[in-house]
Amino acid sequence: MKDVAVVSFAQSDCRRDAGACNEVELVMPVIQQALQAIGLNSSQDVDFTCSGSCDYQQGASFAFVMGVDALGAVPPIKESHVEMDAAWALYESMLKISMGQAESALIYGFGKSSPGELPTVLSQQLDPYYLAPLWVDSVSLAALQARTLIDQGLVTEADMAAVVSRSRAQAKANNPHAQLAGDVSVDELLAEAPWVAPLRKHDCCPISDGASAMVICTLEKARAWGRPYAVIRGIDHRMESHNIGARDLTRSASTTLAADRAGVPDGPVEVAELYAPFSHQEIILSRALGLDDSTAVNPSGGVLAGNLMMASGLSRVGEVARRIMDGEIRRGVAHATSGPCLQHNLVAVLEAA
Amino acid sequence: MSDKATETEDLITAIETPVYLKYNFTAGAATTRFLHQVRKGKLTGQRRPECDCGHVYVPARGSCAACGLATTEEVELGDKATVQSFTIVWIPIPNNPIQPPYIVANLVPDGANISFIHLMSECDNDSVHIGQRVEAVWKPEEEWDYAMDNIRYFRPLDEPDVPIEMIGKVPLSGWEGEA
Repeated sequence: MKDVAVVSFAQSDCRRDAGACNEVELVMPVIQQALQAIGLNSSQDVDFTCSGSCDYQQGASFAFVMGVDALGAVPPIKESHVEMDAAWALYESMLKISMGQAESALIYGFGKSSPGELPTVLSQQLDPYYLAPLWVDSVSLAALQARTLIDQGLVTEADMAAVVSRSRAQAKANNPHAQLAGDVSVDELLAEAPWVAPLRKHDCCPISDGASAMVICTLEKARAWGRPYAVIRGIDHRMESHNIGARDLTRSASTTLAADRAGVPDGPVEVAELYAPFSHQEIILSRALGLDDSTAVNPSGGVLAGNLMMASGLSRVGEVARRIMDGEIRRGVAHATSGPCLQHNLVAVLEAA
Repeated sequence: MSDKATETEDLITAIETPVYLKYNFTAGAATTRFLHQVRKGKLTGQRRPECDCGHVYVPARGSCAACGLATTEEVELGDKATVQSFTIVWIPIPNNPIQPPYIVANLVPDGANISFIHLMSECDNDSVHIGQRVEAVWKPEEEWDYAMDNIRYFRPLDEPDVPIEMIGKVPLSGWEGEA
């Protein structure tokens, strides 16, 4: 894959309920923000547009088509959509640029999860013959995974609480868009009652409404535009079996493989933004990526501070890119996940130009 | 054993796994503004006054779709409209109380640039045509709700046709046949 430049990123606040706000109204502000930051007006000013969303979340069929009303698609534009997190819309856009079919792309993801019961809605992404009819929800599956880790002595409940405590503190310090932020100690967290044991409610990411958007382009174009940019040096994604019983839930083999292919071990990782919807999953992912204390994990607070389903993965890339564009760091890793218990994982390596 | 099972047991060709998901649907901020007016018996469009295109959308979904920017201004529309396109439905649709054949039309209300879909009635189906002038027939006021079927249907008007190139450009003041 060709190196591409991230030149702009915008994300909305994470809100538990965006109220009377449809997909167009969710998406339009972040698209405008991402475009205007680099002097563009509409999707007419880029070669390709790609979005990520899932109609099951708000229960509105073909909402992603309605979302096109936010783009200014007159005259018609080249546009595509993935029924996945927009991190995969980024992947598709990078393919388009690598093939020479575009020099620039607008990518956006949006999720309005508040109208439905998200954990139950997510049960319908499971295998349709055996698991989906049982309505096994996403929190219960994550709890099975956490139980496996704890029973094997790989993670303690205190380790998990430490992840949450750090997320809240980082979100308070660094993330104006966070839904959950603040100072809370490990002891305070451990004093709370189990919810779906062994998970306490705070071990689970909140449910959030919102959107994020990004503009990427070739390195030549980024230099021509004359704006600061971050380079996506490597990207890869790998998927594990849908059969949860066939997987080793204590590790993330697909993340390790994607990370190797994306070139994570080729240099220092100053920052890692990991899409870990449950506290124990941040530990699994840090281990899968081979991270140690030299890496700042989820300085934004990660998705435990706010989870824009279908935009959170793109936002992880955006969070790392923003820190590089601001000159805070020179190299970082972004991760996105999809499916139950970290089934499908994407890893991207970003560097300063 | 597997051979025997295939011979003696019925093939399973389908299973039923019904999906029930409940949602609290919201119409969207722009559509909410539109529906509040419909509740009062008024059709309104929306536009972004700064847009060069000047498009008036009905029902608006929050943006000038041509430009990708928010529609901020309400525009009053007339009860009169022009047929942009239509079809005659001959098959019964399950749970639809309307008996075929009936007319579904794309109509552009006076003052708007974009069509919406509604029914036509009180007309000879064979004489319905593009450019035809029609007007809304509203339900009695006590039945009005936040719903497009506050208008029962549109019926033909005795007015000159709108030429095709002028459909979508008729002002709120109406169409009297002058180009």
